[in-house]
Amino acid sequence: MRENLQLNEAGELRHLLSIEGLKREHLEHILDIAESFAVLPGRQVKKVPLLRGRIVTNLFFENSTRTRTTFELAAKLLSADVINFNVSVSATSKGETLLDTLRNLEAMHSDLFVVRHSHSGAAHFIARHVAPGVSVINAGDGWHAHPTQALLDMFTIRRHKGDFTPLRVAIVGDIQHSRVARSQIMALNTLGVTEVRIIGPCTLLPAEARSLGVHLYHDLESGLEEVDVIIMLRLQRERMEGALLPSAHEYFQLYGLTEARLKRAKPDAIVMHPGPINRGVEIASEVADGPHSVILQQVSYGIAVRMAVMSLILGARGGGNE
Amino acid sequence: MNRTPNIHVHGGRLIDPANGIDEPLDLWLANGRVLAVGEAPPGFEAEVTIDAGGQVVCPGLIDLGVYLREPGFEHKATIASESRAAARGGITTLICMPQTEPVIDTPAVWELIRRRAKACGNARVLAMGALTQDLAGEQLAEMGALQAAGCVAVTNGRNRLANTLVARRAMEYASTFDLPVVLCSEDPHLKASGVVHEGAVATRLGLPGIPSAAETVAVARDLALTEHTGCRSHFHTLSTGRAAEMIAQARRANRRISADVAVHQLFLMETDVDGFRAECRVDPPLRTHSDRERLRQAVAEGEIEVICSDHQPHEADAKSEPFPATAPGISGLETLLPLTLKLVEEGVLDLPRAIACLTAGPARVLGLEQGRLSPGASADLCIFDPGAVWTFRADEMTSAGRNTPFDGWEFCGRVTHTLFEGRITFKLERP
Repeated sequence: MRENLQLNEAGELRHLLSIEGLKREHLEHILDIAESFAVLPGRQVKKVPLLRGRIVTNLFFENSTRTRTTFELAAKLLSADVINFNVSVSATSKGETLLDTLRNLEAMHSDLFVVRHSHSGAAHFIARHVAPGVSVINAGDGWHAHPTQALLDMFTIRRHKGDFTPLRVAIVGDIQHSRVARSQIMALNTLGVTEVRIIGPCTLLPAEARSLGVHLYHDLESGLEEVDVIIMLRLQRERMEGALLPSAHEYFQLYGLTEARLKRAKPDAIVMHPGPINRGVEIASEVADGPHSVILQQVSYGIAVRMAVMSLILGARGGGNE
Repeated sequence: MNRTPNIHVHGGRLIDPANGIDEPLDLWLANGRVLAVGEAPPGFEAEVTIDAGGQVVCPGLIDLGVYLREPGFEHKATIASESRAAARGGITTLICMPQTEPVIDTPAVWELIRRRAKACGNARVLAMGALTQDLAGEQLAEMGALQAAGCVAVTNGRNRLANTLVARRAMEYASTFDLPVVLCSEDPHLKASGVVHEGAVATRLGLPGIPSAAETVAVARDLALTEHTGCRSHFHTLSTGRAAEMIAQARRANRRISADVAVHQLFLMETDVDGFRAECRVDPPLRTHSDRERLRQAVAEGEIEVICSDHQPHEADAKSEPFPATAPGISGLETLLPLTLKLVEEGVLDLPRAIACLTAGPARVLGLEQGRLSPGASADLCIFDPGAVWTFRADEMTSAGRNTPFDGWEFCGRVTHTLFEGRITFKLERP
């Protein structure tokens, strides 16, 4: 039996743990709200009082300055108070269990936990154990999910392409170890794109990849044929040590996105990357900085999307939880 | 020990697979032993009569490979708590794994466990000794001394036996004493940090996978070493259909090879882990529908002749972490018989065959005298009502570990009496 932890009885978002289990309407609703927070580049985002008096706790068990900062900024722009709790350097190293950490933080009356953890399922675990009025946003758990990243990617795609249904999207690189890829695949399929392709060597693709609703390619050139969107994934250096790849050099030779390879895609294709990028490993600098790249837009849209998710989740309940 | 009463078990259907019996027969018990079967011994005066009308009377069940947690892990469970749970589950003989702290790699540790079990008096505890010292997979344990002290088999448990030369020597040395070697075959490198079956669910949930090859590679190695060394190999807790087929094929040439399966593998599958359900985290992992069906088939064909619980009680905290940080294992003593009876209900096995997998099967594999109700045998009995429909509740378990995925399952067939050495160790209180 599968519970849907994420939705309340009225079908509204209570937590955001994974794209799985959300309907197209949920995703579109989030993107629509994000639209109202997104501003043109160069203009200042207006601070709104939507979450005044609310406390958002960033609970990061894994270091990520970048993601944490965008969540923090999003919360502050909604007028919430923000607590940053970096657990990898405090509690668990003293032998405290995750549940104990959670109980302690709950005693500080947090309304929302933004959780990053190295174990798949950590956000689900926390959502199952928080007090009734408290919500959880998954900011990345193991290899499982990173739903706000996927949503900001969808937002970026929608801004450039409008309609999802005719699109062919290629995700290139280390799918197996990527929570971003899993969430993107689910979001793209939920939004009804024509095709999702994943491209990479066998060692970096999951065991039953096709069960995710994707087409597999091992050859980058043919995989990029006629695609509208190219999403490059970051290659972690430790993949070479785990006997998954021979070298960064060979990886770039086979799977690095160069200008020549980019020509295989549609002329108006966009190039995305969740960052931080490894120039010369998965992407050539000319492409990362070139006219097809929307990588920096992704970062700024990330704030609007996270504002949308937070306001939706905390607004869905109405009132505080005191 | 106190004298046990003269007991007459009256009106039941006696199923004693080791003796080929399945008919309505009474039993007479005295001095902790079976005195007579079928015909009343002259001059017998029953002090206790158990009305077994409408019920099945069978040998007390034997559970091959349980973790009793004592000594060393008493915060999870104790011999006292688990032997009480065994009695409730109709189990009278527990074959414990050597993964205690300290490990059962010397007669002294086994002696400690034996004495505590005897003091509890709810079930017979027999032990598997360690195959290697401290189960480290490097130096051989003193198997000769362990056997002399009463250990019925040797095993390295789920600890890695990565060095093939050590594995070979250990199996050779064990065959000196004709000691059964119980193998949990799994390649530690292929398993790596895996926590679930490497399949569609692992793919979707982003959990590190354990490929089926982790089992088949190790089973292939261990079958080759069995052939080479001539040792009595018993493959414990299979999870893949392919490994079951490999063993069935090897058995055509060598009937001394045997295998068992944990009963949860005959019901649950990788999909049960969905939603990060830690109570379904087991080692080896739950696999696919096809694996489950092939394991069921191997049990039906008798190629797997033992069903066990792979009982691993845990404290609540051990399962209360994000999935990859939780401890694997199910507290299974109290669901061993109910689930096995469900196999009968689902047409996988007939009732005598099902009972054989819990009695005569494990007794044959380990060369035990238990598991039969011949005159003179220990009066170890399990009496159950095959028509009793009931709901299993985790919070009503007797085991100290309530880690079960079967909470709320409805079962048909319930233990009403357990007798161990002629004493009633469990009697179901009717509401």
